Formats: sequence, C-alpha cells, structure tokens
Amino acid sequence: MEPLQIAPGIYSVGVRDWTIRDFHGYSTDLGTTYNAFLIVDEQVALIDSVKAEFADELLAHIARVIDPRRIDLVVSNHTELDHAGGLARVMHRIGEEKPLYCSKMGAKNLARHFPRKWNYRAVGTGEELRLGRRTLRFLETRMIHWPDSMFTYVVEDGILFSSDGFGQHYAGPETFDDETGERILPHAKKYFANILLPYTGLIEKLLQQVEALRLDIRMICPDHGVLWRKDPGRILEAYRTWCRQEPGRRAVIVYDTMWHSTEKMAAAIHEGIAAEGVSCRPMHLRAFHRSEIVTEIFDARAVVVGSPTLNNGLFPTVADFLCYLKGLKPQNKIGAAFGSYGWSGEAVRLIEEELERMKIPRIQEGLRVPFVPEGETLEACRAFGRAIGRAVVESTAVPA
Amino acid sequence: MSEPHEIYQCQTVNCGCLYDPSRGDRRGKVAKGTRFEELPETWCCPVCGAGKRMFRPLTGPGSVKDEEGFVES
Repeated sequence: MEPLQIAPGIYSVGVRDWTIRDFHGYSTDLGTTYNAFLIVDEQVALIDSVKAEFADELLAHIARVIDPRRIDLVVSNHTELDHAGGLARVMHRIGEEKPLYCSKMGAKNLARHFPRKWNYRAVGTGEELRLGRRTLRFLETRMIHWPDSMFTYVVEDGILFSSDGFGQHYAGPETFDDETGERILPHAKKYFANILLPYTGLIEKLLQQVEALRLDIRMICPDHGVLWRKDPGRILEAYRTWCRQEPGRRAVIVYDTMWHSTEKMAAAIHEGIAAEGVSCRPMHLRAFHRSEIVTEIFDARAVVVGSPTLNNGLFPTVADFLCYLKGLKPQNKIGAAFGSYGWSGEAVRLIEEELERMKIPRIQEGLRVPFVPEGETLEACRAFGRAIGRAVVESTAVPA
Repeated sequence: MSEPHEIYQCQTVNCGCLYDPSRGDRRGKVAKGTRFEELPETWCCPVCGAGKRMFRPLTGPGSVKDEEGFVES
C-alpha cells in the first residue's frame, strides 16, 4: 500500500495484516492493522512500529516518503510487540543511537524485550517535544491497558496518537471512519469489551482528564483499525457510554454439550427467557469464539452458563470461558448455571463458584438434570428460563 | 520473607504489585527492611505508578479481606 498523507507532512505508514485470524486468543475475522505514523518536520519522527514480521514493509512505506535514515527520533506509545516488535529492525536501519521517546515504564519494559541499550528518553504527562513547526505533547495512560501505555498529541494539527485506545481489529480498504461509516463501531465495541473492559474506571478518569485539558482533537489515530477524522467525538462519546457498562434487556446462554443434553436444556431455558420478552442468544462454546461471546455479554444483563460434568469437573471449554470472563471483570451482571450430568454432577456448582468470584449475583440456584432432559425436566428448564427473564426485566430499563 | 500483614499490594486493576519490606524497592532506592509505613509519601508503585494510598496489606486491619468481612457482618 502507498503511504497515505493524513495531514500535511503526516503520513500513515503502518501495515495491514489481512490474514491473522487469532490475535492472542481474540478472533480477528477480518484481520487487523498495525498503524504507525511518520511526521516530517525539521526533525522527522516515527510514531510507533509494527509487529516484527512486518518491519520491512513498514520501512518500505517510510522509504516512499523519506530515506528512513533521516528519521531523527522514534516515539513508542506502547511496548506490546504488535507495536514494538519491529523496533529492532527499525532502530538498526535508522541508527541505534537515535533517541527513543517513551514513558518511564516504557523504557523499563522495552529494555526487557530488547537487549540493545537504546537511547531511551522517558517522558511524562504534559512534557513536550518541539519538532520544528510542530510540537508533540505526551500523556501517560498507565494501565490503559499496560503500565507503559501513553498517548502522543500533535498540538498544531490536533491529532491524538492514541495507541491501543479507540482501536479496532479491522483490516479493510478504508483508512478513515468516514469511509466505513457506523459499521466500524461494532469492531470498536468488540475491542473495548475484550481488551479494555477491566480498565473502565481508569478510562473514565482519562476521558475527564482529556476534557479538562481542553485539547482541540481533530483526529484520533489509534494503532489498530481506521482513524477517527470525521467525528472523533463519536468514539469519545461511545467510550463514555461503554465505560458505564449499562446492561440492556438481554441475556446470553453460554454452554457446551457432550451428548446434546445440556444443549436441550439450553434450548428450553432460551424459550423461557424469550417468553418473558428478553432478547437472548444461546452460544455454543465450540461454535462461537470466546471473544464474540464476551462482546455479546457486554450488552447483556444475564449470563447463563451451562456445562456437562466431565470427569467430576467442568467441560474444558466452559473452564476456558469462565477464566477469560473473570479476567475482564464485567460489571452489572446477574448469572445462573445449569447442566446435564451422569452420576456426580459437579459442574453446576463449579460454575456458581466462579460466578461468585466474579461477584456476579446468582438469580436462582443452579439447575441440574441427570442424563437426558425430557417432559418434566424440560418444563423445569423453561421455568428456570422464565425466572431469569423476569429478573432481567425487573432490573433493566425498557429497551428504546 | 515478611509476614502477610506487612506485605502491601497495589489495588490498581490488573496491577497487583507486592511491596515486601524484606526486599525493599531497589529501583525506587528503598533499602531492604523499610516498612511500608516508612516509605515516603512520594513513593509510587514500581509497576503501574500509582500512589502509596492505592496499597493495602495482604491481611489484617485495612486489608481487602478485612473490608469484605466487614461488609458481610
């Protein structure tokens, strides 16, 4: 791809990863991008790098604008390897002695990734770097989502290089939000739900901080996906809403099944929930990726988890899902557990213990059915579903 | 190794850094044997940069466990 000038003298030089489908356990059905930016001023600055295997492609993009050796300095907003992996190749090409600007934690963490002793310049919130006509201003965003994370703001152009903030795992022909329209938002939401969810408290504070700084933000350039230039306020507003984690009148049934018994229970529970007027999607753990399930749960009030008992324990995919969900610390949920079993039936209790650890209150005691559910037990499943549906209705606003 | 009530943990979400007085904080220039209470108010978490007030002891008064117990009773 040709490097694209996104503002006078500022180029998007990153790469598109069209074929990646599993981004450290996050499903990327359309691939993703690793965005990097080149600012050509009296001093030439490179903002962020790409995944190591794309470093030559990044350098080729840069070379179409300027000889990479003319880069005077690099800014690393985040040390995670999808943005820093290419640094070894980049620094080798532009000159290992060139200054590398990052947060204090960034310098510490980069040193743990790369043995070479680079010329680190640790910067903190509010510090500025004059490039010539333009000024870079740094804003530390610790634990959003790593200790080293920071934003870099170009004062004169009103461009915020926001690292992983406001990103989306999406690779397409488009570069900007006005080219994708609203259909980019579900990708931004999936990113928020799967990467940023534990940090909503910190993100709210950051948004307030940015508001108080009265920055004139004309474009937001994340390190993944499209750039927000048409209406940067749209994604800021979406983040404000998502931080509140207000559930909709919805439920999700997450389950796996061995001989379709837990699946039959899921279907009957679904009937019961839907009968109460609650929108509900049953999600089989081997049909839906865990990151899709979490995106669905993000909008829901009730999380209903079903597992058969296998060897006195949880079915492995259910354990995987619960482990993943727990780390994301979802707020404002209610839950319930169910499952079919043969003779011991520990799984339902194990699900309930995990929900309790997540501080997800139990709507009602878990429902267990020995072997295959039929007539009476299926009726119990429907009643179980109706109770969940009622609990959702009672605790959520009427859908708009 | 210090006693659990002398070890303090950072409460920033997904940080969880431990301050153990028997180890001190070499990078923060805090000598081994310095009790948490003796750390200067300017000291901050070596992992996430949070201030001293984000730390809680692992057990005993002021610990997270202590507060949870309090809520239940």
